Amino acid sequence: MPLADQWMVWSIIIPLIGAAIFFLLKERHHTIIVIISLLTLLSTAGLAFNVWKTGSQFHYAGGWQPPLGIVLYADGMSILMMLMTALVGLSISLYALRYFSDKRSLKFFLPLWFFLWASLNALFLSGDIFNIYVTLELLSLSAVALVTVSSQQDTSQRRDAVFAGMRYLLISMIGSLCYLLGVALLYAGYGVLDLKLLSEVIAPSPSVFAAITFITIGLLIKTALFPLHFWLPPAHANAPAPVSAVLSGLVVKASFYLLVRLWFGVFSFALSSESGLFFGLLGASGILWGSFFALRQKTIKMLIAYSTVAQIGYMFLLFPLAADMPSLWGAMAMNAGIYHLISHAFAKSSLFLCSGNIILAFGHNRIDGIGGIAKHYPLTFSALGLSGLGIIGLPISGGFIAKWQFLTASIGSGQWWWAVIIITGSLMAAVYIYIIWSRIFAPLENDIVLNPVPKSMEILALFLSLISIFMGLTAEPVLQMLHIGRHF
Amino acid sequence: MKTTMLFSIAGIAVFFIGLYCLMAYRHLLKKIIAVNVMGTGVFLFIVSIAARANILQPDPVPHAMVLTGIVVTVSATAFGLALFKRIYYETGKPYLDNEDK
Repeated sequence: MPLADQWMVWSIIIPLIGAAIFFLLKERHHTIIVIISLLTLLSTAGLAFNVWKTGSQFHYAGGWQPPLGIVLYADGMSILMMLMTALVGLSISLYALRYFSDKRSLKFFLPLWFFLWASLNALFLSGDIFNIYVTLELLSLSAVALVTVSSQQDTSQRRDAVFAGMRYLLISMIGSLCYLLGVALLYAGYGVLDLKLLSEVIAPSPSVFAAITFITIGLLIKTALFPLHFWLPPAHANAPAPVSAVLSGLVVKASFYLLVRLWFGVFSFALSSESGLFFGLLGASGILWGSFFALRQKTIKMLIAYSTVAQIGYMFLLFPLAADMPSLWGAMAMNAGIYHLISHAFAKSSLFLCSGNIILAFGHNRIDGIGGIAKHYPLTFSALGLSGLGIIGLPISGGFIAKWQFLTASIGSGQWWWAVIIITGSLMAAVYIYIIWSRIFAPLENDIVLNPVPKSMEILALFLSLISIFMGLTAEPVLQMLHIGRHF
Repeated sequence: MKTTMLFSIAGIAVFFIGLYCLMAYRHLLKKIIAVNVMGTGVFLFIVSIAARANILQPDPVPHAMVLTGIVVTVSATAFGLALFKRIYYETGKPYLDNEDK
């Protein structure tokens, strides 16, 4: 097989090799980190180019065809996820180089982060329900370990991180085991694991519905949909800033991606207005609950973490609105959900990187003590402003396109009540983002000595927020890409 | 045929027993063991479906799945124990709720 056909394999193997190298290296080697990140981005871009030119692609691992072999499958949706991961990932890698001032944290962060990147790419490419289980576990284990990577100086923060990590580990094990039980039930019924083969033979039956229930609960736990969201804020807020950015921006999206992939593919016969309503109600509760608690937080990171709970809720509005997919409104809601997922990834990771800059500058991230950012850190200030626009969903940002399409789809399909939720959620988002904005203009308090923040960290936060704005201007190619080869 | 069915049901029962213990007990070591019990339930279920079609020629794919699952659970348990040790070392208590400082 020619080299270019194997972009899929490279996009998984390169970060894996990188992770192994970083385990062995004693010193930090900036060039190696940059090279590995760029190579991963390159292989993703190569794969994206191929899919764009020739449509969806298969790769049979080891040359073995299903049902025995494992198939990797790339279509427009998986490509978008991988490109999102690569752009956020490159920024995270570069940011972490500066953020982790002590060698020890960086030494733990780097291999885990590249494992996580590899497992994300593998997850997005998996075309086999058991392989998805393996990638989910790799993802969760590296994510949990990353939560507990923290600098040694602050003991109470380190303690909180270990607690959050333990909670996260237990909850994600429950999720994985529920998912695995569902997979086992499906295998007991049909004897296949391949998604495509499964979608050909699957038929409604009690054991299939039990399997769907287990798989869905497992994935909902990992996505942190209300009321299974309780583990998310402490885990995301106590992790180091670049880790929070990865968790909020990418990791929760992976299990949501699987839900969309499965429910609109293999399980599409179970997708009805009732099951759609179930997801929609949980999503709507998540929006209101998350936004409400975001308003009450005292620290920036907690506020952003609760905002993630709310923003996850929006993505689930995709289910009730897109339940009858062939229709125009259904397709529009699908676009809206995926578009929201991607633009939120950029805006939210930018916000978390900003919070990292703030922690470095002020030594804390209490909302009431961050005056002076506008004057002393203009780049971080701009990043906060732009990514805030994206989270609220104001015009010209990517979030606006997503919310506008959600609104149009809900009114067009006669389900106006979702529009009420979307608007309420956006207003609440405007308030909690304003809580941050209103403080950053305040003058610097007199007795505070600001620490210098490396320019590159500020530029990376700004870079991600610019992408989230840029997504508001170039919706067309992204949506075209989404519709390449979607058949399961 | 009936024995494999019995194993399947037992597997699911063990899974729920583990889930119950995970929620009922505060002690972290018990929680970690409970997760392992849950896992064992799932594995028992998977092994039982291997023998379902033909008990003399079991299906090898579920065995491969169980082996993978065991590897994952072992590593997760090891990591959980390491975290537990750290929590115990820092607080002197084997519990997750850190309100009582």
